[in-house]
Amino acid sequence: MGSLNTIRDTFFEECEDLLAALSEGLAAMLGGMLESETVNAVFRAVHSIKGGAGAFALADLVTFAHRFETVLDAVRGGRLDADADLLHILQRSADHLTDLVEAARNSEPADPDASARFLANLEACLADGGIADTAPDQEFSFAAVTLDFALLEPADSDHPTQHQFDIRFAPRAGLFANGHDPALLIATLAEFGSLQTTLDLSRLPDWGTFDLETPFLDWNIRLTTSASETSLHEVFDFVDGLCELEIRPVPEPVLEPQPDFELETNVPASLKSQAAPKADPLDPAADARAANPTLRVALERVDRLINAVGELIINQAMVAQRIQDTALAADADILAHVDDYRLLARDLQEAVMAIRAQPVKPLFQRMSRIVREAADATGKQVQFVTVGEATEVDKTLIERLADPLTHMIRNSVDHGLETPEVRLAAGKEACGTVRLSAAHRSGSVILSIRDDGAGLNRPRILETARRKGLIAADLDLADAEIDALLFLPGFSTAASVSNLSGRGVGLDVVRNAVTSLGGRVSITSIPGKGTEFTLTLPLTLAVMDGMVISVAGQTLVIPTISVLETIRPAPSDLHRVGTDEVLLRIRGQFIPTIDVARCLGFTATEDSGQPLLLIVETENQTQCALMVNAVHDQRQVVIKGLETNYGAVNGVSAATVLGDGRIALILDPDAIAAPRAAPFAVNAPHFPKFEGASHAG
Amino acid sequence: MQAEVQNAASGVEFVSFFAGGQSFSINITDVREIRRWSPVTPLPNAPREVLGVMNLRGSVIPIYDLAARFGLQPTPESPRNVIVVAMHDEQTVGLLVEAVSEILSVQRAQIQDTPDIRSDNARKSITGVITIEQGMTRVIDLGAVIQTFAKTAA
Repeated sequence: MGSLNTIRDTFFEECEDLLAALSEGLAAMLGGMLESETVNAVFRAVHSIKGGAGAFALADLVTFAHRFETVLDAVRGGRLDADADLLHILQRSADHLTDLVEAARNSEPADPDASARFLANLEACLADGGIADTAPDQEFSFAAVTLDFALLEPADSDHPTQHQFDIRFAPRAGLFANGHDPALLIATLAEFGSLQTTLDLSRLPDWGTFDLETPFLDWNIRLTTSASETSLHEVFDFVDGLCELEIRPVPEPVLEPQPDFELETNVPASLKSQAAPKADPLDPAADARAANPTLRVALERVDRLINAVGELIINQAMVAQRIQDTALAADADILAHVDDYRLLARDLQEAVMAIRAQPVKPLFQRMSRIVREAADATGKQVQFVTVGEATEVDKTLIERLADPLTHMIRNSVDHGLETPEVRLAAGKEACGTVRLSAAHRSGSVILSIRDDGAGLNRPRILETARRKGLIAADLDLADAEIDALLFLPGFSTAASVSNLSGRGVGLDVVRNAVTSLGGRVSITSIPGKGTEFTLTLPLTLAVMDGMVISVAGQTLVIPTISVLETIRPAPSDLHRVGTDEVLLRIRGQFIPTIDVARCLGFTATEDSGQPLLLIVETENQTQCALMVNAVHDQRQVVIKGLETNYGAVNGVSAATVLGDGRIALILDPDAIAAPRAAPFAVNAPHFPKFEGASHAG
Repeated sequence: MQAEVQNAASGVEFVSFFAGGQSFSINITDVREIRRWSPVTPLPNAPREVLGVMNLRGSVIPIYDLAARFGLQPTPESPRNVIVVAMHDEQTVGLLVEAVSEILSVQRAQIQDTPDIRSDNARKSITGVITIEQGMTRVIDLGAVIQTFAKTAA
């Protein structure tokens, strides 16, 4: 039972890859790449899912995948024209297949209505193309007999079925070193049946970089035989691990019922062959993947490694500091070693962090589905463009970004884009565009969601905010401030709560999610042209760039990302208001200052001269200045939680260990600014109301 | 019945130490290590008994002044002070005490219930008392102590 579960897990893991390949292939087809290779890849993905599902008797999945596959086969065979409508149905079907796989994985019943609807859609496609599907009732009975080998036996014993296998054989260096000869292996294969061998020279490098020790020749073999797949694997038993080997049955045409049954019986074996490194001779992309082998590792192990490396970095800093304290001669040998140690530790840390880094591609693929659903629900036409899919981000970030991104994408389709009629009237194309992009910029990840819709309706936002009492009625706001109102809790512009975005989740939730990841979100909008949300996020959650500061004799760290600028104010720039409010005048504007020492309850040792001010952006995207005593340097710090052994501390997000082994607290600028941020959010830049401010402070 | 008798007769080991001039002890299985005092990083707006946090091989652990925790005079700074690092339910904490005195090996039967004292705080955190040569030592329920701390921290 245990091993069956393991195989089942493997199946679902592979389904993830297959679904990703499916989604990628369909996207390529949508992009006009209708070459047979692309269509084949899509077909194979669905077929493999069907096969695996049959082995686990997942009837819903098999039925749906089979119909899906039939349509794809018709497209592949040129009997159906892959026009935009069909591709749309195919994409939606792929989405539904994803749902079915998910339902099967959780052993939940799938939504039968949805299945019936999608099945009907697919059937309509076949009917349009004048193609007779394999009769539905025959098909359903097929699902039931998937594992009924007895039914097949008479046919088998009468005349042994010949099947075809595609074998890809790519020797590695070890194979030759151990004295094996590919020619002998191929000769053994030839004993099983008729053989067609092609030599794959594609990996052969330039002569300049040729390495005599590395084998570059691969063989693609098509074998027609009555032997079972297992016996073919046995041929390669002795070279196991010394080569890349893939044996896969060649899919027979689906319209002939019997070979189709045959395929189903082969499923467990084909599953096994897929557990080997994947490579498909017909698919250059898959080849590229095989050249770059991957390893599945439990996340927990990686985390343990990351923790250990974090300790190493701290230890390195401590050792370095101790040695510096001994005041050795500048040319002492040990100093060079310490420097090497530092570089090695840095390298190691970067390498370890890279393990956790993953491309945002799967996240973007999920978003493309959200766009389709949102477009269907609103009756809008949307083209979804993604840029920078290969951008790598920490895995945790990817997971925790899914919800905020989903929300923002829905928002863009639902509120951002106009209906086709309105668009046409405005002289735009009927089809709107939502563009999702990712990029690295100076140690941060920038994600942006841009639509080419009507832009924010600022008068309405203002009116809504006033009606809901979020701002004073007579307040005059600049455009950027009006935009920022969207992030206020309790704000939602949708006149009627739509089924789509109005799920009681506002943009304030998005912003909180992003802030909790140590990032920021901003918004720009041009009327008539569209709206862009920009998320700035740290690359990883385990280390961050921090500014080491001191406050009332304590060393603290503040995230560099939140500091906009550092200034040493002239006494004339500081203006006292009431007893203990101090405002800073900067470039003609007044912004509030916060005495960090007082805020944290630290008593100032003495007045250590002129304070420094760090200008930070608060949650509501207005500025305030944090008063500190000194800024020491900027460095990468390893983040340590306080929650495990103590609890949450207001104003402090975490802690880190400094070079001398002592703990420094990491400030949470948002929390420090928070008690006063709310009333200031709108008032501060315009400075019309002190009362609001002092009332809160 | 048999089991209970055996239980009462079975031995338990305690680490006893002085804080605020009084003797306290905790179950030795809760004690991870005993460290020399090193400066801590104070936490903002923390209660009086929370001295701050310390780096214990990469973990951030809070340090409590045990004397202050029981309403006694805060432990004065002294190079002889030590920190008892204890663990309870995955939570590691440090207790600042004046000195560690000894390891007591007692029978369960020797632990008396806490007499009916008035202070709620003390009654909740002290599970019993043990007679020793010079007088008595108070057995601390680390769980209760940390729980109260966790509440003040939250």
